[in-house]
Amino acid sequence: MTLLAQVSTSIGEPNRVAIAFFCLFIAVTLGITYWAARRTRTTEQFYAAGRTIRPGQNGLALAGDYMSAASFLGIAGLVSTTGFDGLIYSTGWLVGWPVVLFLIAEPLRNLGKYTFADVVAARLSQAPVRLASTLGTLATVSFYLIAQMVGAGGLIKLMFGLSYETAIVIVGLAMIAYVLFGGMIATTWVQIVKAVLLLTGAAILTILVLSRFGMNPIALFRAAAERYGDAVLAPGRLVAKPLDAISLGMALMFGTAGLPHILMRFYTVPDAKAARKSVFYATGLIGAFYLMTFVLGFGAMVLVGPDAIRHVEPGGNMAAPLLAEFLGGRAFLGFIAAVAFATILAVVAGLTLSGAAALSHDLWVHVIRRGHVEAREQLRVARIATVALGVVAIMLGVTFKGQNVAFMVGLAFAIAASANFPALLLAIFWRGYTTAGAVASMVLGTVSTLVLIWLSPTVQIDVLKHATAWFPLKNPALVTIPLSFAVGIIVSLLTARRQEADAFTGVERRMQLGALEHEG
Amino acid sequence: MTLDRDAELRALAARRWKVALLLTAVMVVLYFGFIALIAFQKPLLGRLIVPGLSLGILLGALVIVCTWLLTWFYVRWANTRYDAALHRLKE
Repeated sequence: MTLLAQVSTSIGEPNRVAIAFFCLFIAVTLGITYWAARRTRTTEQFYAAGRTIRPGQNGLALAGDYMSAASFLGIAGLVSTTGFDGLIYSTGWLVGWPVVLFLIAEPLRNLGKYTFADVVAARLSQAPVRLASTLGTLATVSFYLIAQMVGAGGLIKLMFGLSYETAIVIVGLAMIAYVLFGGMIATTWVQIVKAVLLLTGAAILTILVLSRFGMNPIALFRAAAERYGDAVLAPGRLVAKPLDAISLGMALMFGTAGLPHILMRFYTVPDAKAARKSVFYATGLIGAFYLMTFVLGFGAMVLVGPDAIRHVEPGGNMAAPLLAEFLGGRAFLGFIAAVAFATILAVVAGLTLSGAAALSHDLWVHVIRRGHVEAREQLRVARIATVALGVVAIMLGVTFKGQNVAFMVGLAFAIAASANFPALLLAIFWRGYTTAGAVASMVLGTVSTLVLIWLSPTVQIDVLKHATAWFPLKNPALVTIPLSFAVGIIVSLLTARRQEADAFTGVERRMQLGALEHEG
Repeated sequence: MTLDRDAELRALAARRWKVALLLTAVMVVLYFGFIALIAFQKPLLGRLIVPGLSLGILLGALVIVCTWLLTWFYVRWANTRYDAALHRLKE
């Protein structure tokens, strides 16, 4: 059992293959950016790729935006050290997609233009609603960005031997270049390249693992159970308290339908039918990916061993890279490391673009300039916002160096589920929704999530090392999602306005038939 | 004539919401059912069906397969039935 405990690994030393693959990825994506820059002249091209992305392409891009290095390395690591429990995340990260498909994708595509706030504000007062939605978007994007940047710095340090700060700056500069010059067209193609690389890497690794077990995953699980006991095939300690599991599940399921960078993708396709098809492809790809990470986790458990994995990195995050090295040597490790780096780069580019869209399209155009803005000015503001966000992301990455930020992905999902998702759903479904109701629900959804996560064991015990926490749940979604819905409904009932309700009929019609496209 | 078309469009939208909400409810029940079993019935999920395959792993994989099936079903329904009806009314 401890046979492999001192596995020899080259992780931590500079890996030439990884550096070569990574440089190749940067070269190809910058080439794409150059090509895209010449096609990015209007706001519609900058934010929405001119609405010319095909469903299959958008399906890959959605998968690329969604499959983060955290889920690839994190789930494989969790499975390799605990077994079954990783499956809770594998399923949780997938089940939000049908919700996006059934409830959100088509009305969003038909009603909106560039951001999800277009849908919420469709028949309400523009300025207050967009101010509140910018808050929710920036909160979601910031925490997601911090988690990705800190993860990137740590990962690159471990795999390429570069310093943490250098890694952060490289990621930040590449991401700024994609978004600033190539807008949504470049970002979409970076996602597609990344998704193909990540899915290919995971598939090769899965086939290599299964080839040692007669291509039969059950034989692999049996080998794991023989070595580490049947307990690895059963639910373990991850779900100690039932309410914690349900709360996390709610954040993952409904948070997906409130992630600004995911929602923005539906504007890149020509119509509602294409939006629908693209979610179908994305769900297939993402589901396959999470099934593969589960197999990879068990592969690492059997072939590398949990002790050796924890020895290299206590969180277990190096399980998949160690497995790659064991099966394919240093060269394959280099390939997987470069893929993980590319993965982070693509995700932060998507996040930055959605943040820039909220700042320019929602905040600048509709709140500060009250809708009277030339297209050229809007494009300029979007580019300034991109650079500003990129610089902020680099600074946040450096500031949070060495901090435990793993909880921030869960926090980003909780804010998306509690601030953005209820507002979207009520705006789509309910005639009686009002401006005051929308603002109250989005602001309270954001603030209550932030306050409760601060008071939760996640921050008080895991980060601040206090003995107790005031709020019992690790993820607050179980409380904050119903709270946000309740506040949205109660405030709307108290401030009912005939005019806003009457305008719902027109909104319903546009959700069904689509609006005429305008430039600007 | 336009009143008829209006009513038909509204009925069609209502039909889509009915299908969408029903499928959402199925997904919610399946996933939170799985989570509830993990939370409250750990020994049951740990039971082996064949050596190497526990009920928990089988159900988890089935949740993923059901996710695929539900999205496939909806997209097929919407691409054929819903779009055809909408196209007729648009003319």
